[in-house]
Amino acid sequence: MSFFEYAPAPESRGVVDLRSSYGLFVDGEFTEGDGPMFKTISPATEEVLAEVTAASAADVDRAVAAARRAHSRVWSRMAGSERAKYLYRIARIIAERSRELAVLETLDNGKPIRESRDVDVPLVSQWFFYYAGWADKLDHAGLGPDPRSLGVAAQVIPWNFPLMMLAWKVAPALAAGNTVVLKPAETTPLTALLFAEICQQADLPPGVVNIVTGAGETGRALVEHDGVDKVAFTGSTPVGRQIARAVAGTDKRLTLELGGKAANIVFDDAPLDQAIEGIVSGIFFNQGHVCCAGSRLLVQENVYDEVIGKLKDRMATLRVGDPLDKNTDVGAINSAEQLARITELAATGDAEGAERWSPPCELPSDGFWYAPTIFTGVSQAHRIAREEIFGPVLSVLTFRTPDEAVAKANNTPYGLSAGVWTDKGSRILAMASRLRAGVVWANTFNKFDPASPFGGYSESGYGREGGKHGLAAYLQGGTR
Amino acid sequence: MSELRRVLEGLPGVDQVGLEGRAAALSTRSIKAASKAYAIDLAIRMVDLTTLEGADTPGKVRSLAAKAVRPDPSDPGCPSAAAVCVYPDMVKIAKDALGDAPVNVASVATAFPSGRSSLAIKLADTRDAVAAGADEIDMVIDRGAFLAGDLDRVHDEIVAVKDACARPDGTHAHLKVILETGELATYDNVRRASWLAMLAGGDFIKTSTGKIQPAATLPVTLLMLQAVRDFRDAHGRQVGVKPAGGIRTSKDAIKYLVVVNEVAGPDWLDPDWFRFGASSLLNDLLMQRQKLTTGHYSGPDHVTID
Amino acid sequence: MSRVDVRKTYKLYVGGAFPRSESGRTYEALDAKGAFLANASQASRKDGRDAVVAARKAFGGWSARTPYNRGQILYRVAEMLEGRREQFTSEVAATEGLTRTQAGRVVDAAVDRWVWYAGWADKLAQVVGNANPVSGPYFNLSSPEPTGVVAVAAPQDSSLLGLVSVIAPVVVTGNTAVVVTSFGRPLPAITLSEVLATSDLPGGVVNVLTGDVAEVGPWLATHRDVDALDLTGAGDAATDLERDAAEGLKRVRRPRSEDWTAQPGLDRMTTFTETKTVWHPIGV
Repeated sequence: MSFFEYAPAPESRGVVDLRSSYGLFVDGEFTEGDGPMFKTISPATEEVLAEVTAASAADVDRAVAAARRAHSRVWSRMAGSERAKYLYRIARIIAERSRELAVLETLDNGKPIRESRDVDVPLVSQWFFYYAGWADKLDHAGLGPDPRSLGVAAQVIPWNFPLMMLAWKVAPALAAGNTVVLKPAETTPLTALLFAEICQQADLPPGVVNIVTGAGETGRALVEHDGVDKVAFTGSTPVGRQIARAVAGTDKRLTLELGGKAANIVFDDAPLDQAIEGIVSGIFFNQGHVCCAGSRLLVQENVYDEVIGKLKDRMATLRVGDPLDKNTDVGAINSAEQLARITELAATGDAEGAERWSPPCELPSDGFWYAPTIFTGVSQAHRIAREEIFGPVLSVLTFRTPDEAVAKANNTPYGLSAGVWTDKGSRILAMASRLRAGVVWANTFNKFDPASPFGGYSESGYGREGGKHGLAAYLQGGTR
Repeated sequence: MSELRRVLEGLPGVDQVGLEGRAAALSTRSIKAASKAYAIDLAIRMVDLTTLEGADTPGKVRSLAAKAVRPDPSDPGCPSAAAVCVYPDMVKIAKDALGDAPVNVASVATAFPSGRSSLAIKLADTRDAVAAGADEIDMVIDRGAFLAGDLDRVHDEIVAVKDACARPDGTHAHLKVILETGELATYDNVRRASWLAMLAGGDFIKTSTGKIQPAATLPVTLLMLQAVRDFRDAHGRQVGVKPAGGIRTSKDAIKYLVVVNEVAGPDWLDPDWFRFGASSLLNDLLMQRQKLTTGHYSGPDHVTID
Repeated sequence: MSRVDVRKTYKLYVGGAFPRSESGRTYEALDAKGAFLANASQASRKDGRDAVVAARKAFGGWSARTPYNRGQILYRVAEMLEGRREQFTSEVAATEGLTRTQAGRVVDAAVDRWVWYAGWADKLAQVVGNANPVSGPYFNLSSPEPTGVVAVAAPQDSSLLGLVSVIAPVVVTGNTAVVVTSFGRPLPAITLSEVLATSDLPGGVVNVLTGDVAEVGPWLATHRDVDALDLTGAGDAATDLERDAAEGLKRVRRPRSEDWTAQPGLDRMTTFTETKTVWHPIGV
C-alpha cells in the first residue's frame, strides 16, 4: 500500500429481518389492503427489498376510522402521564433497536450508515423521549389551561429522512392526545413499517398509530378525508400548495414544511476551516436531500479564491459510494426520478454559463448516483440559484457588503433556513435578525434538536416542528 | 503593533465546537484489515519513544534505545521507531546505544518543560544537546511571553535556538517547537502559535511537553495540521507535526493518522513529517500488530516493558 | 328652518395619504335604518395593489423599530381614540343601530382593546419566545418576528370594536396591514384612518380600503407580495380566498364565531408572526 487507503467496512445487513411483503398497519394489526402491491428498492443497488401495499381510498377510510375510535375511546381519555409512558417506551425500544433501524433506513433510502446511525436514529429516539415528557405537562405549553387534542391527524412525510420525519410528526401528535394516520413516502416505506412493529412491541393501544403506504393518490385520499382534523405535511412546495387548496374552507388545521433554497453566507472574517465544514455538511449531508440545505453559498468576494480552493480540497476527501460502508460520506440518490431531476437542473447550470466542478470520484455502476458538485460563476438569475435541486449540487455566488448578502439571501420565495459565518458577534446578531428564515445557523449548519423549533417563512411553509411550538400544532388554541 | 502580531491576528478564527465536531466525525472512520496493518506499522515508525523523568538513568535510556531499534524482538519484520526522546544529558548515552541503527536521538532543550530561564541558558542547553549528537531538538516556546503579547520575543527566541541547532559541518539538528497547547488555552492561540513557530523557522510543531494536561488532543492536532497545510500553501515550505502526551492506544493512533490523511494529506503520512511523542503507545501498537499477525489477542507479557 | 348639512365624501387611506379610489367610484354608507350617512370610496383592485405597495414599503421601517417604540406609538393612538370618543360614539350608534349608551360602551371597549394590544409590543417575545435547551454546546433562541404584509378582512358587523380587534394585533408585532373595512358600516373605519393619519404611526403601516371584500379580496389573496390573510370578515368569500391564498402559501386565519367583548388570546398576534430560531455554538 503506497498510501492510506481505507478498506471497505460494511455494516452487516444481518440485523434486519425483512419480510417479502407488507400490508397496512391499521388498528394495531398488519392487514391486507385493497390496492395493488408495489416494490421498494435499494437505491444503491436497485435490489428489490420488499413489496408493500398501495393503500386505496377504502383502506384510508378504515385507518381513519380506527384512529377516530382510538382517539375518542382511549387515547384522548387517557391521563397524559399514561400516554407519556407509552412514548417513553417507544423511545427506549427505538434506542434498543437502533442498529436495525439504521441499517434498514440506509438500505431503503440510500443514505450513509454513518448518518442514519449517528444522526437520524438517535434523534428519532430523542424526539419521542422529549415529547413523552410533554404529555402530562400540556397545561404549561402556553395555550391556556387544559388544552384539548385536535383528534385524528393525517400525516404525510417525505423520503429524505423517513424515520426522523415520522418522529417529528408522530411524537408531538401523540403527546398532545391525538391519534394518527401516517403515510410514509412511496420510495421509503420500510422503517415506518418497522416502527409499526415497535408500536406493537410497546403495546400501544390499537388505532393510535396507523400506517398506510402508497404514493400520491393514497396521500391525497388521506389529507382530503373528511374524518381528519389535522393535516401535517412535509415535502415539496407544489404538493404543499395542493394540500393548502384542498383543506381551504374546512376546519382542518394545517402545518406545512416545504422546500428551501437556503443561503449560506461566509464573511471574510469567518472561522474558515469550520465554515468549509459547514458548507460541506450544508449541501452534501444526506446527498443534499435536505429541505434546509445550504444550497446557495454566498462568499464575500475578497475571500472567494481562498474559500473555493479550500472547499475543493475538502470535497476531494468526500467518500462517495456504498451507503452501508461506515466510511461513506455521500450515499446514493434516493430514486431514478430524483436523479433525473438533479441531472436536468444541473444541466441548466451548464447551459446558463455557470462553471461546474466535481472532485474525481468513481461512482458505482448500479443504483442512482450523483457526484458532489459545485457551480461557480452563478448569479441570482440562474435557475440553479432559484430552484430547489434537492441534491448534492451547490451554487456559489459572491457579495461585497452585509447589505448585499442580506438582499441576495432574502431574494427567494422560500425562507426555511440560512447560515452565517463570521467571528464578529454583533454582525451575527444583525444578520440573524435581518434574514427572513425560520432557522438561522450561525457558525454552524444543519443542526436539529427536538427542543428547537424548525420551520419556514413564506413558501417554505407554516407551523413549527420541535419544542413547545411543535406541540401547539396539535392542540386546540394553538395557532395552526 | 508589530508586523508579526498583525500577521498572526489576521489568521482566521477557530470555532471550538466546529473544530471538535470535525475531529469527532473523523474518529468514526472504520479502519480494517490491510489498512489497519499498514496504519499500525506506520504508527510504529512514527513513534518518538520518550523518557523524560528525573529518575532517568543510563540503564533506562539504553533499554529504551534497544526497544526503539527492535520494538518486537519476536518479529524481525517489525519496523523501528523514529527516535528516542530524552533530556540533554542523556543524549550521548542514547547515541552510543543506538550506534548505526536508523533511529534518531531527539533531545528536549531550552529549560524544558517550563522554558523559564534566560535565553543564554536555553541556547547553551541546546548547543549542549547538539554537541552530544542530538539529531533533533524539541524546544519549548515561552508561553509567558506569548500570553503577555510579546510575540516578537517568542519568535526571536525560536530563531536563536534554530541557530544554536547548527553543527560545525553546516548541517543543523531538526528543530521541533513545542507549543504546550494546554497552556495556550484557546484554539485561536494554538493557530497563532503554530504560525509563529513556522515563520520563525521551526521544522516541526509539537503539541505538548507531556507535563501539562491536556496534552495532545485530536482537535488540537487537527488544527495544527490545518496550519502546516495552509503554511505550505502560503510559503512553499513543509513543516511536520508531532502530537505528544496522552496517546496510548492503537485505536487513538489510527484516529490521528486518519486526521493526517484527510486534513493535511498523504504528504504528511511519513515519519519525516508526522511523529507521535509517546511511551506506552508503542506496546499497544505491538500487541495489535501481533493480533493481526497471529489472529489472536496478545497480552502485556508478550511485549517488552522498556 | 333647519340647516342644510354638508354631506361628506370620504376617501381611502393608503400610504399615509387620503386618495380617491382610482376607479372614481363611491357608494352610500347608510345608517341602521337605511338613512344616508356619507359617501365612501369604493376601493378597486388597483387601490388594493397600491395599498400593498404602501404596506410593503412601510414594513422594513416599522418592523425594525424597537418594540417599546411601537408600543408607545400604539398607545398614543389609543389616547387619540379617546379624544374622538364623541364622534365614534355617534358613528357606532348610527351604523350599528345602538343607543348612545350602548355605543359608548363599545367605544370604551375598543379603546381599551387598543391599549391592551399596545402593551403587548414589548412582551410577546418573552411569552412565546424560548431559550431552547438543546442537547449540545449551542445557544438556541426562538423568537417571534412579524410575517410581513397582512391583508385583513375586517368584520362586517362590529364596525369599531371588531375593527380595532383585528388591526391592533397585526401591527403591534411589526406587520403592516391592508384592511378592507365593513362594506355596510365603513364610517368608524374612516374616522379611525383620520386618527391614524394624525398619530405618530408611520404612513403605510395601516392602509384602509372601504369597499367590498368580495371584489378586492381575490386580488389581495393572490397578490404575491401579501404574506398573510385575516379572513374574519370575508363571509361567503372566505373559502375561495383561502384557496387563492394557497398558491402563495400565505398564512390564513379563517373566519370563526367571535365574541368581540371577550378578552382576546394571543392567537391573533401569533398567527401573524414567524418563529425564528437562531443557533450558535458555545465555545471559547
